Amino acid sequence: MPEPVIELTGVCREFPSDPPVRALSDVDLRVEPGDYLAIVGPSGSGKSTLLNILGLLDRPSSGSYRLDGVETTELRDGARTRLRGARIGFVFQSFHLLPHRTVVENVMLAEVYGPHPRRGRRARAEQALEQVGMGHRTGFAPGRLSGGERQRVAIARALMARPALLLCDEPTGNLDSRNTEAILDLFDGLRAQGLTILVITHEDGVSARAGRRVRIGDGLLTEQG
Amino acid sequence: MDLRDLWAESLAGMLARPVRSALTTLGTVLGITTLVVTLGIAATAGNQIVGRFDELLATSVTVDVPPSSRGPLVSWDAPGELRRLRGVVSATALAQNEESSNLVVTANNLLDPTRVFGQTLAVVAAGPNLPETTHGRLLAGRFYDAGHVARHDRVVVLGEQAAAMLGITRLDHAPAVFINDRAYTVIGIIGDLRRERVLASAVLVPPTLGPDFGLKDVTRVLVATQLGAAELIARQAPLALSPSNVGELQVIAPAGPRRARDGAQDDVNGMFLILGLVSLVVGAVGIANVTLVTVMERVAEIGLRRALGAGRRHIAGQFLLESSLIGLTGGVIGASLGMAAVVGVAAVRQWTPVLDIRLALAAPVAGALVGLLAGLYPALRAARMEPVDALR
Ligand SMILES: Nc1ncnc2c1ncn2[C@@H]1O[C@H](COP(=O)(O)OP(=O)(O)O)[C@@H](O)[C@H]1O
Ligand SMILES: [Mg+2]
Repeated sequence: MPEPVIELTGVCREFPSDPPVRALSDVDLRVEPGDYLAIVGPSGSGKSTLLNILGLLDRPSSGSYRLDGVETTELRDGARTRLRGARIGFVFQSFHLLPHRTVVENVMLAEVYGPHPRRGRRARAEQALEQVGMGHRTGFAPGRLSGGERQRVAIARALMARPALLLCDEPTGNLDSRNTEAILDLFDGLRAQGLTILVITHEDGVSARAGRRVRIGDGLLTEQG
Repeated sequence: MDLRDLWAESLAGMLARPVRSALTTLGTVLGITTLVVTLGIAATAGNQIVGRFDELLATSVTVDVPPSSRGPLVSWDAPGELRRLRGVVSATALAQNEESSNLVVTANNLLDPTRVFGQTLAVVAAGPNLPETTHGRLLAGRFYDAGHVARHDRVVVLGEQAAAMLGITRLDHAPAVFINDRAYTVIGIIGDLRRERVLASAVLVPPTLGPDFGLKDVTRVLVATQLGAAELIARQAPLALSPSNVGELQVIAPAGPRRARDGAQDDVNGMFLILGLVSLVVGAVGIANVTLVTVMERVAEIGLRRALGAGRRHIAGQFLLESSLIGLTGGVIGASLGMAAVVGVAAVRQWTPVLDIRLALAAPVAGALVGLLAGLYPALRAARMEPVDALR
């Protein structure tokens, strides 16, 4: 049996506010390669906190997080950053595209910080844009794209560095139903190519398309059928 | 991260808000311009002063001969000895004393004999090659020569001012001056006596007429040397002039040319340098301020870059390079404006502009350094941000 991509054991995350907030309590989660997992839950239930920990943007207060078999809680900042850049692609609800750069430049940004060669970078970015159906907009400024197009560009950027894991925080939260469908179709295609996808959402229509659903409420995780 | 990528990201960051970046450079532009202009004008003006006075100053050696009870320390022929030294262009002996410095000189105007001009002037006995030694120029007539001297001819040459005071402007009627009731023919008027300005208001007489005015012994020897030889000649002159009285002669040698230049530069206001530095500090504060604002505006971008695998040093490096680029731009513009100003001022004053290539290179570097320093704190703030907080 291959190593799980994600293995959380007894993960807690407390925020030292007054009173302290326990956003995640004793979370266990296994995600196998090729899984398409939806995490659903109401607002304030700890979804983003979980995603930040999975994306190595935040550290758990306690517990263990193994990513591709590597125990990440003991890694130093630099090593976590490199691992994040190499293994994880992010898709955010608000796209996070740089407004002053063209579409293709935004996608190319994914290779700036890793050990990727400069040669052929633009071609690879164009290929990633092709993959999300945005090959005809490479020279556009992001401001001139629709929300759905922007999110597709952001997905192309996430795919550009060939991650093992795609983490999406409410990827369709700012999109209408037609654009949502397009993005979900795209995820289906990526999943078919073997990518591991984890989507956070509070929309049932989105979670219904995933292979696995996990519900989160008050920091507690429950697997759903 | 490839350095070219760092460069490209920083450049893009700077150019994303071109107007803001341009305005941010202003303080640095002002500071660097002021510094370049101040230093450039100082160098140019310094060079001018040296250029104008140098040659005369640096080639003039004067030997003062004190009166002695043991007879003359230096003979009238001694300058001839001096001319045999290498580096001596010309040498002339002079005699002048208290008594001869206040003599009533009258000229009678042949056209209007009723008008008599009487002036108190100095009479100076001087060797015939005085014009050569002092770089004097004859405005009219001629200077007396060895023949006049040998024949004891009763001729005089008037300094420019002395001639004006006596009302003598033309020599075609062979005007005469009267000193102690004796007549002397004026054969020349000499001007441009920058080396010995006092001679401009003097009546110059051949050494052989000196005794008429109580001027028997040489009191001063003027030497004109070749450029660069003054110091050596100053040391050798006493021995050549009067081997047995070396210790009693006083030699006045020019200050070295370098000192003259330094002095000129010291004169140029330290005020402007301080002003330039203050502008630079203001410029730095401006860059720091704007970079900090930029960092705060770009929190989401910082978060995104961290998510894409950027380490803290990559973030810090980008903002540092951006602020340095702004400083560098300010430095380049400031250096260009400053140089143009120096050339302009020099052109108006008809000076030769002196543009130090080191200054031209150092100014942009200084601008970049200002930007780098200014960017330190904002870059640190950006690097310290936690990715989760930045992405929230
Ligand atoms: N930095 C923080 N400090 C204090 N409390 C926080 C912080 N981040 C999140 N929380 C709290 O943790 C809980 C979970 O937040 P979050 O994961 O953002 O929820 P979700 O994404 O499901 O809406 C919320 O109650 C939120 O207020
Ligand atoms: Mg959330």
